[in-house]
Amino acid sequence: MSITVDTSGANQSDHIDAGQIVLAARHIAKSYGSIHALKGVNFDVHRGQVTTLFGENGAGKSTLMKILSGIVHPSSGEILLDGMPVRFNSSSEARDRGISIIHQELSLAPNLSVRDNIFMGREIMKRGMVDFAEEERQAKALMEELEQDIDPLTLVENLRLGQQQIVEIARALSVNSRILIMDEPTSALSATEVEVLFKVIRDLTSRGVSIVYISHHLEEALQITDHAVVFRDGEMAASGPRREIDLEWIVRNMVGDKFDLGSPPQGHPITDVAIAVENLTVQDPNGGGYHVVDHLSLSVRSGEIVCIYGLMGAGRTELLETIAGRLKAIDGRILLKGQDISRLTIAQRIDAGLCLVPEDRQRDGLVQSMTVGENLSLASIKAFTDRIFTSRPREQEVIKRAIAQVHIKTEGGSAAITSLSGGNQQKVVIGKMLATNPKVLLLDEPSRGIDVGAKGEVFRLLAEGARQGLAVVYSTSEVGECFSVAHRIIVLRRGRIAAEFDSSTTKEKIMAASGEAMVA
Amino acid sequence: MSEAKVIRAGEKPAKGFDITQLILEGRAFFALIVIVAVFSFLSPNYFSTSNFLIMASHVAIYGILSIGMLLVILNGGIDLSVGSTLGLCGVVAGFLMQGITLKAFGVIAYPPVWVVAVLTCGLGALVGAINGVLIAYLRVPAFVATLGVMYVARGVALLMTNGLTYNNLGGRPELGNTGFDWLGFNRLFNVPLGVLALALLAALCGLTLARTSFGRWLYASGGNMRAAELSGVPVKSVQITVYILSGICAAIAGLVLSSQLTSAGPTAGTSYELTAIAAVVIGGAALTGGRGSTRGTMLGAFVIGFLSDGLVIIGVSSYWQTVFTGAVIILAVLLNSIQYGGRLVRS
Repeated sequence: MSITVDTSGANQSDHIDAGQIVLAARHIAKSYGSIHALKGVNFDVHRGQVTTLFGENGAGKSTLMKILSGIVHPSSGEILLDGMPVRFNSSSEARDRGISIIHQELSLAPNLSVRDNIFMGREIMKRGMVDFAEEERQAKALMEELEQDIDPLTLVENLRLGQQQIVEIARALSVNSRILIMDEPTSALSATEVEVLFKVIRDLTSRGVSIVYISHHLEEALQITDHAVVFRDGEMAASGPRREIDLEWIVRNMVGDKFDLGSPPQGHPITDVAIAVENLTVQDPNGGGYHVVDHLSLSVRSGEIVCIYGLMGAGRTELLETIAGRLKAIDGRILLKGQDISRLTIAQRIDAGLCLVPEDRQRDGLVQSMTVGENLSLASIKAFTDRIFTSRPREQEVIKRAIAQVHIKTEGGSAAITSLSGGNQQKVVIGKMLATNPKVLLLDEPSRGIDVGAKGEVFRLLAEGARQGLAVVYSTSEVGECFSVAHRIIVLRRGRIAAEFDSSTTKEKIMAASGEAMVA
Repeated sequence: MSEAKVIRAGEKPAKGFDITQLILEGRAFFALIVIVAVFSFLSPNYFSTSNFLIMASHVAIYGILSIGMLLVILNGGIDLSVGSTLGLCGVVAGFLMQGITLKAFGVIAYPPVWVVAVLTCGLGALVGAINGVLIAYLRVPAFVATLGVMYVARGVALLMTNGLTYNNLGGRPELGNTGFDWLGFNRLFNVPLGVLALALLAALCGLTLARTSFGRWLYASGGNMRAAELSGVPVKSVQITVYILSGICAAIAGLVLSSQLTSAGPTAGTSYELTAIAAVVIGGAALTGGRGSTRGTMLGAFVIGFLSDGLVIIGVSSYWQTVFTGAVIILAVLLNSIQYGGRLVRS
């Protein structure tokens, strides 16, 4: 075994073999305020090969890809293209040098045709007019090259997602990209579409195009990869060529075993069922025509903490949002302490003692134009209102109690919410919900976008809540977080419960049940 | 400057002594002082109590409209229908003053003035409710919904009068419906009632925004509707309520205007909605919602009113007034983007 395990990220050889390594990142660091997304990483892209970057959410994968493609500037470090230092001021500069990125969310204009999308922003001109005939000819040639039967004049909105991905690739190829970065390209694809994509990738590499590949589907990524690099907490944890690595190696390096996220609270009474869903079925809110939550039943007791694990699209968010009242179920019942709440509004459910800490803090959790205090007291205004007027002293009491309860580091209730770090903002959202004295607390990816220290604090809050009789359900897409405070781990797959474990299970079993990795 | 005192209700305590921040936050106030100073210098007639009161009663119309508009804009919406609603409510008030012929009984009913006022406000609320339901439940964009209602309301007003104007709103003593001019001409403590109405509404609005749960809901749902909804804020009823309140404000403004003129024309209030929006924007509110105050909006209304009346007093052509008003609006929006631009949250 000659795998380089490199946690400092600094002592890797600076020697570059220009024939082999086409693009190299050296000691790249990037901070957003107090958050260090990347802490000095090295990363090599090999010519004509697929380099896969593994890592959990927040490990810094996407940040590095944005730096390599010129979207984001590194705080320090350098990028070497063919051994020469380069600096990209924008993604179009990087594209001119042959580096293209295909984002997880496709950046196509659905109202335009395939041809127009491929040549968007760099239309072929002839006598001051767009030469549509030439564009169409080239688009057709690209589609033939990719062995796709897509008419260049079809509107992108009429294509399947897999085909849209192909259009993105065609666009990247049309500028003669030598290096193609693909961020989670398969997350929305069907199995056959994935095979088509892999065929295209092999085709591209045989023509000397270098691919950087990011995926959460480890097993799938292993099929295509030539080199693997694993990131953890903004540092490179390990790297190695395909023949020297296996799935177990990836998982071990991805998750690590260094941080303690707590353990399930013991010794307090776990009493009656607080929340139960029966046969819950939810239609895809984006009009996909399938069930994102599929006849799912589940119950959680007071004092119990349940973790819901699943890949993207497994239905975690939809399940929690339906219980909270944001989405409507087409079938099934939701029982809070035995009482059917499926017809209540969100506000009525909060009054009844059920609330949700949403996944997207900025979009769904915080009112950015309000202060820390106003955000904290938002869900419990009724508690300090006498008939018409709110009582300022009692509101201050609510705010002070919440700040102390969830340990928010802030100058005080009147500070701007945007002045807080991600972890503290998350604690504000949790504190706001705890201020309503809930019986059941749902948290959708409570650890998203916050650092390890804050994660530990958030999980400690959940454990504390459970000790006081709260029923807690949190979801996560990071397998390491299943092993924190949860008494039970429920694995979702395509809207159904694929498996249920207690806290003594293993990461491999959980990943196998979620469809992420087929290890026995 | 009795207005300035009243409209300070509901202000937040200022924090810090950052000079740029102070100028930005208080820009409407400084602008008002500059306007008063410049015109007092240019015309000896400008700086006198009687002139201020006359100008204030002009401001009252826009001011009342802009209070309703502020609520709508805080919610992240826009109400283009207030000018037309003002006109329609004035015409309906005029119509009611002419007496309602009840054919079944063979009599003509002359409702007393207070009944006319209540019915008119009810009509304003109804127009607002239509806006609100269109926007909150039928998901029509606020701009389009209120644009449509703007045309409909204006058209109805024109249809009702056939394009003519009700002139005799004085009522007759023997019918017991005199007093319609009360709102436009009478004074209490030497202050025109229209101005007092504005002050009262501003105080109510400030108190509502600062001290009621509705006010907090309004700021929250304007700042981030999704987050507010998940926090249990009844975002739809808040949305409908602001349009109803805006309609009522338009009706009150219609009553004050037709009372001041003792006539009600169907074209009254044309383009007033734009002046109201301008007042709100000059007052520092963000058109994206969630930011703004009653105090700022009142200052904005007075800046516009005192500026245009000042230009009239020193004899500048009304064409120039239009140019100046436009320049002030652009300047205000520029300052808005400086003030809020740096705080945008990227995720």
